[in-house]
Amino acid sequence: MSSSLPGPAGLDFSRVGKDFVVNGRGRPVLTGIDLSVAAGEVIAVLGPSGCGKSTLLRMAGGLETTGEGSLSVDGRPVRRFEPRCAVVFQEPRLMPWRTLHRNVAFGLPRGVTGEQARTEVEHWLDVVGLRDFARHRPRQLSGGMAQRAALARALARRPGVLLLDEPFAALDALTRLRMQDLLVDVQRTAGTTVLLVTHDVDEALHLADRVVLLGVTGKAATIRSVIAVPGARPRDRADPVLAELRVELLAELGVGTPTVHGRTQP
Amino acid sequence: MSVPRGALGIVVPLALLGSWQLLAGSGVYSEAQLPPPGEVVAAFGELAGRGELWHHLAISTQRVLIGFAFGAGGGLALGALVGLSRAANAALSPTIQALRAVPSLAWVPLLLLWLGIGETPKIVLVAIGAFFPVYSTVSAALAHVDPQLVEVGRAYGRSGVRLIGTVLFPAATPSILSGLRLGLAQGWLFLVAAELIASSMGLGFLLIDSQNTGRTDVMLLAIVLLAALGKLSDTLLGLAGWRLLAARR
Ligand SMILES: Nc1ncnc2c1ncn2[C@@H]1O[C@H](COP(=O)(O)OP(=O)(O)O)[C@@H](O)[C@H]1O
Ligand SMILES: [Mg+2]
Repeated sequence: MSSSLPGPAGLDFSRVGKDFVVNGRGRPVLTGIDLSVAAGEVIAVLGPSGCGKSTLLRMAGGLETTGEGSLSVDGRPVRRFEPRCAVVFQEPRLMPWRTLHRNVAFGLPRGVTGEQARTEVEHWLDVVGLRDFARHRPRQLSGGMAQRAALARALARRPGVLLLDEPFAALDALTRLRMQDLLVDVQRTAGTTVLLVTHDVDEALHLADRVVLLGVTGKAATIRSVIAVPGARPRDRADPVLAELRVELLAELGVGTPTVHGRTQP
Repeated sequence: MSVPRGALGIVVPLALLGSWQLLAGSGVYSEAQLPPPGEVVAAFGELAGRGELWHHLAISTQRVLIGFAFGAGGGLALGALVGLSRAANAALSPTIQALRAVPSLAWVPLLLLWLGIGETPKIVLVAIGAFFPVYSTVSAALAHVDPQLVEVGRAYGRSGVRLIGTVLFPAATPSILSGLRLGLAQGWLFLVAAELIASSMGLGFLLIDSQNTGRTDVMLLAIVLLAALGKLSDTLLGLAGWRLLAARR
């Protein structure tokens, strides 16, 4: 496993912006994104729907070209379909004709074959708790299981940066909480850098070292604030400090929270 | 589950056979118009006994198999090209669609003129028949593979031939298999067209010959045999496809 273990990578956005061309006219979506993510750090990107969170993440993975500015992984510019990043999408996007084992194997780096491939796939299936489902097809799984398989596929790539685009948004509340705890474990095991896009404030506070808040100012969205979350992971969901931050973040997102506010007032 | 369903499939043919027997015996049609099933069986015995029947069956089957192999092969190749490449699609698909609009029989005089009256024109006509359904299903299936899966393939480092092999073709396989079955069915259709017009052997020839000699029993026999062969070849192809889909891991 040593050769395919590059370790966590840093991720740098420098004056990154993006315009989409719609009906022949450029439409700015993101502008002036400056962010330095340290190797091994977990960053949550929060922002209202449609503000460009996915676009930001897709640029980091090389799924979308960088419009302006520069984006680099460990100091080297992000390429088209960047091999040092692995993406988990909002939908599991598993290949329906492959078993779970073969779906996870799809994520393996190119040189990994044979016995080593089998061991690595089994390892990641184990990590996400799907060891007993290796021979199953995606259609035989629940949404949460499919998303865990997608996570295992991404981890099998041994990415320097793991890019997660609202991976738990489509799951029921309880499954989502379990998946968040799983991600904490997995991140500790793999030690990978994580960029997690979410619109769930609690999820951001539970998982991230820092929360990046995107917001639209003028025409395009940019970083409104970056908030360091105190305390080491795994965090207590009931921590009063987090509750205060939660109110703050929700207020920034334009959501009033009178009841929570009342409760947290001393 | 499969036993009662299999048994159910035989009910309608048996009922048809019974009605045929009743109708033939009722005197509504003359014996020359509608011989009873027994006579068709007798005709089968007679032709089989003379060894003639096997020649007709073998030559027709051979024409379909060879023609289908070429037509389906061409349909797969061109369908893949047009389905995978936008440039090829823009350049080729209008022409192919126009050719597709030509009714099968319109090709016959031209094929006879160019290729003579041997085996070649018949095989080419079968190939033309098999080509179009395979071409259309393959090109459409490859062009419409779920773009989200294609993006996963690219995001996980697949491109070019590896993307085609790991994502595009596997995703399109079920449609490709049904396209092949449609192509085979159309191959039989075009075979009969070819043999009706210019042939001295084969089931199509048997049909036209029995008309000329007033042997309605042989005519019905040829039709029953065409149905049986068509169904048999389709079943075999479907079975092969099913095994292929079940085997992929
Ligand atoms: N390929 C594209 N072409 C044109 N517009 C796009 C494209 N992708 C996203 N957009 C637009 O960019 C904006 C940001 O989209 P997205 O990054 O998906 O937002 P979020 O993930 O924050 O909900 C949206 O207004 C969306 O309509
Ligand atoms: Mg999004």
